Amino acid sequence: MISQSNTEPVIQIPAFDVMKIREDFPILKQLIHNKPLVYLDNAATTQKPQMVIDKEKSYYEEINSNIHRGVHLLSQKSTMEYETAREKVMRFINAKYLSEIIFTKGTTDGINLIASSFGEKYVHEGDEIIISHLEHHSNIVPWQLLCQRKNALLKVIPINDDGEIIFEEFEKLITEKTKIISVVHASNSLGTINPIKEIINKAHSYNIPVLIDGAQSVQHYKIDVKELDCDFFVFSGHKLYAPTGAGVLYGKEKLLEELPPYQGGGDMISSVTFEKTTYNDLPYKFEAGTPNISGGICLGTAIDYVNSIGFDSIVAYENELSLYTENKLNGIEKLKRIGTAKNKSSVFSFVLEGIHPHDIGTILDFEGIAIRTGHHCTQPIMERFGIPATARASLAFYNTKEEVDFLTSSIKKVFEVFA
Amino acid sequence: MNSELRELYQQVILDHNKSPRNYKKLDAATHASEGRNPLCGDHLHLYLILKDGVVEDISFEGNGCAISKSSASLMTSMVKGKSTEEAEILFEKFHNLVTGKLSEDADLTDVGKLAVFQGVREFPVRVKCASLAWHTLHAALKDENKIVTTE
Repeated sequence: MISQSNTEPVIQIPAFDVMKIREDFPILKQLIHNKPLVYLDNAATTQKPQMVIDKEKSYYEEINSNIHRGVHLLSQKSTMEYETAREKVMRFINAKYLSEIIFTKGTTDGINLIASSFGEKYVHEGDEIIISHLEHHSNIVPWQLLCQRKNALLKVIPINDDGEIIFEEFEKLITEKTKIISVVHASNSLGTINPIKEIINKAHSYNIPVLIDGAQSVQHYKIDVKELDCDFFVFSGHKLYAPTGAGVLYGKEKLLEELPPYQGGGDMISSVTFEKTTYNDLPYKFEAGTPNISGGICLGTAIDYVNSIGFDSIVAYENELSLYTENKLNGIEKLKRIGTAKNKSSVFSFVLEGIHPHDIGTILDFEGIAIRTGHHCTQPIMERFGIPATARASLAFYNTKEEVDFLTSSIKKVFEVFA
Repeated sequence: MNSELRELYQQVILDHNKSPRNYKKLDAATHASEGRNPLCGDHLHLYLILKDGVVEDISFEGNGCAISKSSASLMTSMVKGKSTEEAEILFEKFHNLVTGKLSEDADLTDVGKLAVFQGVREFPVRVKCASLAWHTLHAALKDENKIVTTE
């Protein structure tokens, strides 16, 4: 932004030094097949900064103990750190209450929790559930299982050739039998960003709750669940620079309070007799058993790390890098991009004429480049585009234009092998 | 190109990938089966005409990477005219070849052109690509009416 006069301070996005950021990620320093690692599989999982790795280590070296149980000092310490992480998550997505933050194993676990618990209470024979054609299998199968159990109907919002949902078709799918709408924020295989605000507004005009799968958005965009007004929001820690095995389900307090428990066990109860059990308050009602304590704590540390960089800087840098990547890939002859939505994240799926994605993946691996090849757990999307698989490069803020250049020149090498 | 990579993508493999042999549907097939590698998206249909225990004709159709497609192409060329027992023995030898169970100085004359797949042993994740067609053949010969996967 340009200031009005010379005397006023210039407001600008803090300088983003990608080489300095890369120093924070020890794994990026290694060689793969004797070439520098170019990690472009960030949609599968992100790398971890030193801060997070150190936290995991110090947790086990210094405070490991079970939470919410012991009167001893270590248990108090681990409980406090775990609950502090919950607070960090709450502020990170701007939730209203701590009770709205449920720790899970990850996105899949969060969706299964809602499909099971919400489905048990509110979905009955003949009812309908709406998802989109862009969903990951994890936002398809739990709903299918529910529909089979309840004899309900799963309806799918179609997409156009650019990989964008057709909003008018979505509106037509809503009926008085629609009980919940569950859609992805950013597609993991095409990168499409769904108009979730519009979807939520439309759904709410019919009093239908909405679950947003934020697995691929929470690391790239500032999420504000209050502003979005979504009813449920799920994401995984490991795609947000934290370890695997810990994630979050956000739910509006009022909705969560009315839902039955998902799993039974320790920690989720307030008293148990053989005749009757009363359940614990939120969020513990949905957290049966010893959780991934270090995972939750490290998720808090990863949030600290992301906050220290700032979303303004992250978004600005990733947008610039995405635009650069798009132009580079568009300039390669016989390369066809799959997923060309106007509003897109830093995920790039593509196919090369006459070359199977798996062969692309193997050859790029020998250049030190890690990409994902396959159907990306989105078989219905592959079917929609009439292809068995794609190659996918997905960026994070530690990637550089030089790495994108190297990807481009290496794709040309793939063509040479198959010439 | 890196030598391991060159070993994997030999000229014969690239050639069979580009112009697969016996790539068609056999309308008169007496046996057929379907093979899939769900994670990669490899998918093939295999058609056979078996007469008196001999593979009189064999063909395939499908989608897959260079390794799986050339493997299916070479397999059909190799087993045509062979007895089902000979085909199964070849499968076993092929399997040992791609999984690196053959010694360095093993005699490869009886596997013929299939020797080009020796490079696959350096790529454990690609073994299933090379062996999909063979597993599918095995199912067709056994007359197992199911979809084969190597995952």
